[in-house]
Amino acid sequence: MLRIEGLQAAYGHSQVLFGLDLHIGEGQLVTLLGRNGMGKTTTIRTVMGLLPPRAGRVAFAGADITGMAPERVARRGIGLVPEGRMVFPTLTVRENLIATAANRLRRPDAWTLDRIYSLFPQLASRTQQRAGTLSGGEQQMLAIGRALMTNPRLVILDEATEGLAPLIRDEIWHCIAALKAAGQAILIVDKNLAALKRLADRHFIVEKGRTVWQGSSAELDAAPNLAHRYLGV
Amino acid sequence: MTLLAEQLLNGLQLGVMLFLLAAGLTLVFGIMGLINLAHGSLYMVGAFASAWVQQRTGSFALAVLAGLAAAGGTGIAVEALVLRRLYAREHMDQVLATFGLIMFFNELMAILFGRQPLMASIPGFLSGSVELIPGVPYPVFRLAIILVGVAVAIGLYYLISHTRIGMLVRAGATHRDMVRALGVDIVLLYTFVFGLGAVLAGFAGLLTGPLLSVQVGMGDRILITTFVVIVIGGVGSVRGALVGAMLVGMVDTLTRAFLPGMLRGVMPASSADALGAGLSSMAIFILMAIVLLVRPRGLFPAHG
Repeated sequence: MLRIEGLQAAYGHSQVLFGLDLHIGEGQLVTLLGRNGMGKTTTIRTVMGLLPPRAGRVAFAGADITGMAPERVARRGIGLVPEGRMVFPTLTVRENLIATAANRLRRPDAWTLDRIYSLFPQLASRTQQRAGTLSGGEQQMLAIGRALMTNPRLVILDEATEGLAPLIRDEIWHCIAALKAAGQAILIVDKNLAALKRLADRHFIVEKGRTVWQGSSAELDAAPNLAHRYLGV
Repeated sequence: MTLLAEQLLNGLQLGVMLFLLAAGLTLVFGIMGLINLAHGSLYMVGAFASAWVQQRTGSFALAVLAGLAAAGGTGIAVEALVLRRLYAREHMDQVLATFGLIMFFNELMAILFGRQPLMASIPGFLSGSVELIPGVPYPVFRLAIILVGVAVAIGLYYLISHTRIGMLVRAGATHRDMVRALGVDIVLLYTFVFGLGAVLAGFAGLLTGPLLSVQVGMGDRILITTFVVIVIGGVGSVRGALVGAMLVGMVDTLTRAFLPGMLRGVMPASSADALGAGLSSMAIFILMAIVLLVRPRGLFPAHG
């Protein structure tokens, strides 16, 4: 459903992506792995239209979305959970969830506030609280809920569990597994290789702005030097 | 005592007028990051369109509609043709371009309507005065302005805090890109907010018409006062604009009314009048300086 080919992008004069390739099938959970500064977040920003591509192609759900404006990319069905969560701090939890909610693809089993609250019970007790006052873990749950409320075909999670306490991480992983089991396609960036290997259908390793390896979890396990060489673990 | 009551109502009425202007200006700056000096021009356009239609047709209702439509339409056109190119630019570029717009609109009004002031009149059903407080007759038209301002304030409060558009306006003020990345067409949102601000400015203009004269350049002086209001209130905050407008309206009206008289108690009448007039025209700026000393981001900073 998402296919990225030879993507190049730059911040001003400093080029970050030099030819990134990645593809995700319906209902798949795919990871983008690599050390910091290798271009993972830049890839996501470029796919979302937040950064203009220099070259290459991004296709999503049968259409070319290369260089499209962010709102048009989102309207085609990509739900972003960005690095740093970026919840709207001056809005309440409930407002964060409904402000941008939509069901543009007319999904029959659309997400509702109640379904989000049962996925994240912690949010249910804080509906009228300003999002800026939530803990990091709660903000991440809110950011995921906010993306789900747009009823996306594909959810992109950048740094899904970064900076969260171990218990909260487990909760986020549990939720991601549930989403995958329900058939939600997910592209995820994270450092927790063990959890990712358990959940992912496919991994893509990025090094200096290029895709240098791709394969399944079993293939990743079969080549331990890969993780050492490209991920520093 | 009666004079004080009357001046308090006058202060309230000036405050309402300033709020109508400041609400739009502060939203535009708060969510778009745009400094729009041409906001006063929209006020002038509303006043001219309304006064002209009233002279031609004699109908106050048509005059109101014309003023709102002219200001709103002009605002949306200016946003689409000029300002949209300026969002990403520096504030200095915005100031230069919108200053140019002031000159353009002043000249345009002079070409269309001439340099002679237009006179708008108070409609029959709003003329005369009533005694709300016994012994203090007060013009019905000014009371109507106060009521309209209260209604607009309530409406805006509802729009900003209880509707999805309001949520998006508040969300866009802190994380603009994120709002877009969740599928919201921010250009439409900006056009809506700008158009709303323009309509409110035009409303203030057409209400001012019957009280002062409608003339070229009428938006320039009130624009400065409006900026004082939003700086005091906290840029981007509608609640701040409301409180700031009331403070500035009161301080300006009361110092002009009472400062010379108070100074006469301690100095000769002629010096008291001169000093009083000078001080009262500075009063709102002194107020702004004091507020900024204590709260450098205004009374109600919008971004927490």
